Amino acid sequence: MSNIPLVEMENISIAFGGIRAVDDASADLHAGEVVALLGHNGAGKSTLIKILSGAYKRDGGTIKVNGEEAVINNPRDAKAYGIETIYQTLALADNVDTAANLYLGREIMTPWGTLDDVAMEAKAREVMGRLNPRFQRFKDPVKALSGGQRQSVAIARAILFNARILIMDEPTAALGPQETAQVGELIHQLKSEGIGIFLISHDIHDVLHLADRVIVMKNGRVVGTARVGDVTEDEILGMIILGKCPPGAIPGPGAISGVVLG
Amino acid sequence: MSNTTAAQPAKRSLGDIDLRAVAPFVALAVLFVFGAMVNPNFLGLDNLTNVVTRSAFIAIIAIGATFVISAGGLDLSVGSMAAFVAGTMILFLNTGAVAGDSGMIAAAMCLALATGALCGLANGLITTLGRIEPFIVTLGTMGIFRALTIYLAEGGSIAMKSQELRAAYRPIYFGNVLGVPIPVIVILVVAILGAFILYRTRFGRHVMAVGSNEEVARYSGISVNRVRTLTYVIQGICVAIAVLVYVPRLGAATPTTGLLWELQAITAVVIGGTALRGGVGRIWGTICGALILELVGNIMVLSDMVSEYLIGAVQGAIIIIAMLIQRSLGRR
Ligand SMILES: Nc1ncnc2c1ncn2[C@@H]1O[C@H](COP(=O)(O)OP(=O)(O)O)[C@@H](O)[C@H]1O
Ligand SMILES: [Mg+2]
Repeated sequence: MSNIPLVEMENISIAFGGIRAVDDASADLHAGEVVALLGHNGAGKSTLIKILSGAYKRDGGTIKVNGEEAVINNPRDAKAYGIETIYQTLALADNVDTAANLYLGREIMTPWGTLDDVAMEAKAREVMGRLNPRFQRFKDPVKALSGGQRQSVAIARAILFNARILIMDEPTAALGPQETAQVGELIHQLKSEGIGIFLISHDIHDVLHLADRVIVMKNGRVVGTARVGDVTEDEILGMIILGKCPPGAIPGPGAISGVVLG
Repeated sequence: MSNTTAAQPAKRSLGDIDLRAVAPFVALAVLFVFGAMVNPNFLGLDNLTNVVTRSAFIAIIAIGATFVISAGGLDLSVGSMAAFVAGTMILFLNTGAVAGDSGMIAAAMCLALATGALCGLANGLITTLGRIEPFIVTLGTMGIFRALTIYLAEGGSIAMKSQELRAAYRPIYFGNVLGVPIPVIVILVVAILGAFILYRTRFGRHVMAVGSNEEVARYSGISVNRVRTLTYVIQGICVAIAVLVYVPRLGAATPTTGLLWELQAITAVVIGGTALRGGVGRIWGTICGALILELVGNIMVLSDMVSEYLIGAVQGAIIIIAMLIQRSLGRR
């Protein structure tokens, strides 16, 4: 792991109307690392990563990619930095097939300027073969696929364009146990390829076994950051529920003062 | 989103898709058989050629509507727009601004296409930039285009004055090439172009994506507003092309020009299997839908079973029934 993080988000803030959805939050991510972003519903996790993926414009703070300040004003900018997002809602265009989804907005064209479906399908088979060799349903519109299959299409779409930073917002929220395990395998695979992953969840059991580090948010602020081996599950729950930062963690602005030394 | 549909087994949903695509063609075949039983003249080449020719206006407009609806939009203004484009075109023809009949007609055609495109652009920009429901926007422009036409006609109708010009323009509706009526050729050319744009170009793919899931399209870097707006422009151009074929038929725009064409065009699109909520567009299904509408009218005229004054009612019933069938095919 190199010393310069892939991503550093520093002192990020954003407010909607009067609500400070994210307040002075910092987070970083290294190559080949899985960082779990935890917190209750409404803690500001999705909002924080939507700032990184260019979906929202931040009110304050800086984002660095590979140590250099990055200009991210829309999803296109983020993609140019190799930041790809897989959204909570298994977001795919339902009525078109896998290849069309993989290449949406970045279609391969023939020399005559028409869609090159043959090339897109061939590439789709190659990428899906790497991720999920059992996947065979390339001709169906993706609404016909199972939740797990859809999730592999969404992930394939992200890595197809050499994502180095992958954001997964509640990737297993809509999936059954078997499909959740499948996504876990995918995450291991991506990690071994050196991709940095932000894994967002409101349920620590979904992600703890996959993560190297956790960042806990509460009411828009970061309670603390910890290596997974340095804190117990109960301590993480304490961070999520009470905002109490245990000794093994580095406290953030959202930690309850006075209890830091526990 | 629809995680319930995601869990459906593969076979079944595949069957659904085929069924929806095939249904309009089956309906068309059934109508043929029914028509032949009702009246022996029905299957005559003359009658069928007539039916296809008369379906031209709706078919061409409905091709544009397939784009708008596939992208998740709706255009109720097409009928009034047709009247407005026809009215302005004839007024221009009557100025005699360009020397020579064919030069005059060509200039008027270009003007009509530009007018149609601009009307569509207005619909598209108001919908996207104004962030207003397309239903409301095009309901409004429907009233505006209609009123402008009546205003230009001073309450009456706008007719082509020059008899030579009428004679020169006539063949565009009444003429044929190797026995194929020109309106039929126009339908085919517009449909082939439409199918090419919708299925083979990047823009067409984006139309489907925007209609499927606007959010996904936006995050994929697609300019949703641009795609939506362009579908309305395509709709406007299709209306204008229909007008190019319509004007030589009567040589006039009347207060009833284009009346209820929006109903027929949307019905043709829905019968053809395009999803009204967007994301699925079937150009050939739409053509089939337009033919079905015209055939139903034709059979009613030939059969004396139902008064032909009720054609509008039957067409209205057809769109409702088509929606019910679509829904039940989707549920199974
Ligand atoms: N687009 C928005 N407009 C207004 N409020 C928002 C918007 N997005 C998020 N919020 C608010 O910001 C807070 C954090 O939400 P979110 O980031 O979705 O939480 P999480 O993903 O941790 O469950 C919530 O109070 C939510 O209501
Ligand atoms: Mg969330």
